[in-house]
Amino acid sequence: MEDNRPIISNKTDDFFRGLADAFAFVKRFFQEVWFPPYEFKEILRQCYEIGYRSLPLISLTGFIIGIVFTNQSRPSLAEFGATSWLPALISIAIVRALGPLVTALIASGKVGSSIGAEIGSMKVTEQIDAMEVSAINPFKYLVVTRTLATTFMIPVLVMYTDFVALIGAFLNVNQNELVSLSTFFVQVFEAISFLDVFSSVIKSLVFGFTIGIVGCYKGYNSTKGTEGVGKAANSAVVMSMFLIFIEELLALQIVNAIRYS
Amino acid sequence: MREAVIEIKELYKSFGDNHVLRGVDLELYKGENLVVLGKSGSGKSVLIKILVQLLKQDSGYIKILGQDISKLDLKSLNKLRLRIGFAFQASALYDSMTVKENMEFPLTRNIKNLSRKEIDYKIERLLDSVGLPKTINQMPSELSGGQKKRIGVARTLILNPEIMFYDEPTAGLDPITCIDINNLINQVREEYKTSSIVITHDLTCAKDTGDRMAVLVEGQFKAVGSFGEVFEEATDPNIKSFYDYNFMR
Ligand SMILES: Nc1ncnc2c1ncn2[C@@H]1O[C@H](COP(=O)(O)OP(=O)(O)O)[C@@H](O)[C@H]1O
Ligand SMILES: [Mg+2]
Repeated sequence: MEDNRPIISNKTDDFFRGLADAFAFVKRFFQEVWFPPYEFKEILRQCYEIGYRSLPLISLTGFIIGIVFTNQSRPSLAEFGATSWLPALISIAIVRALGPLVTALIASGKVGSSIGAEIGSMKVTEQIDAMEVSAINPFKYLVVTRTLATTFMIPVLVMYTDFVALIGAFLNVNQNELVSLSTFFVQVFEAISFLDVFSSVIKSLVFGFTIGIVGCYKGYNSTKGTEGVGKAANSAVVMSMFLIFIEELLALQIVNAIRYS
Repeated sequence: MREAVIEIKELYKSFGDNHVLRGVDLELYKGENLVVLGKSGSGKSVLIKILVQLLKQDSGYIKILGQDISKLDLKSLNKLRLRIGFAFQASALYDSMTVKENMEFPLTRNIKNLSRKEIDYKIERLLDSVGLPKTINQMPSELSGGQKKRIGVARTLILNPEIMFYDEPTAGLDPITCIDINNLINQVREEYKTSSIVITHDLTCAKDTGDRMAVLVEGQFKAVGSFGEVFEEATDPNIKSFYDYNFMR
């Protein structure tokens, strides 16, 4: 007979089993990503979908954040008569933190949830099984492609967000301090260092990977029924946002250690 | 003795405390349509999913087309899977692809070096034979339930399987469409010389398509034989109630 007694308690056991499961999923990604078939066509299609789905919202949010953040920072700098520092301050804030974070959070909502829902519904309608029995590796075709696509696309989208946010910031600065476009961008590029850009790109890669793999994992493990699919989409968003904040904190520690060493 | 394409002995499968299959023995003979009947939740789908290793058995012996499947590595398993067609209960058409792309997907991924012309010819011929040549550029969401089932069958036939599994092919369809699907199952056997397992809880479908019936009760096959043997002479109340439910209403 099987022994069904919990090791610690049912809840704790389930938690650790879930964790082990998730690790196995990530491990499988790194095992399979190196070998053919590489499914380039599907990766490109996914990249396009990701960009297409999130561009409008990211443009709007980036632009507004640029304006609002500039406007809200002005009074504190004005107290010291240092409003000429605005472009430097804003560019550092955007490139180091706001750009990657805002982009990743929006993409979790838009892209992560749709990956979760799509794969979840493929799971419950047996489309994943259908691939498997026709000797097609569904993990490769669905999970590896989508995760690679988010990993590559989020850094691209982050640069775009940075750019749009800086334009928003420029418009605000231009109106209030009468700074020209070229002066503004000279100040911006003086303020940000190679480390800022480099760490932002690395961080974005990690965010992108997180969004893709979490969406796929939740979809792949969604339970039967339509509410299972909804749950998969929803928990993909919650989980990836949570992880993104944790990663942001870790990245901050690491980058600071490098910066001040 | 007839040649068995599938042999199952002492097959067990549980999910936690849910003991679904408890010692299943069954043979599928070459060229026959075997109907597997059983209540909803009795483990019919689990059985055929184990046969293609979508689920792993706990214990038991399974031999398909001369191969002991517990001894196969993934590569040989995939080779064997291509000789088996699986028509899923919910059709399982890829809903991001057109009908044509659905049919092409398993084909081009498993047989390299096919010319565009050969691919198109195969697809058109199969769509003709399931009676749906006009749906070729439609998306699955635009098809009716019966049409989806047909395309699902056509998609599995594209690799010329020797064995077919139909998981509840008539579930959720109106009676007229059911008759169409039953005819399709018989037609597939004629044209492609397949041996098939047809899962159903619809006795009309069973009677129209099956050479032999096997009734799954409490994790085992309780009665195996012709329709008459199994149902008209049934004494087991589980099997009798099945018959009564379908024909005495
Ligand atoms: N992947 C699975 N995990 C846990 N339980 C399962 C799984 N698949 C099927 N079951 C259980 O096995 C039993 C038989 O299911 P199934 O074979 O789908 O029934 P049916 O005879 O209606 O096709 C059901 O109780 C179902 O809940
Ligand atoms: Mg079933």
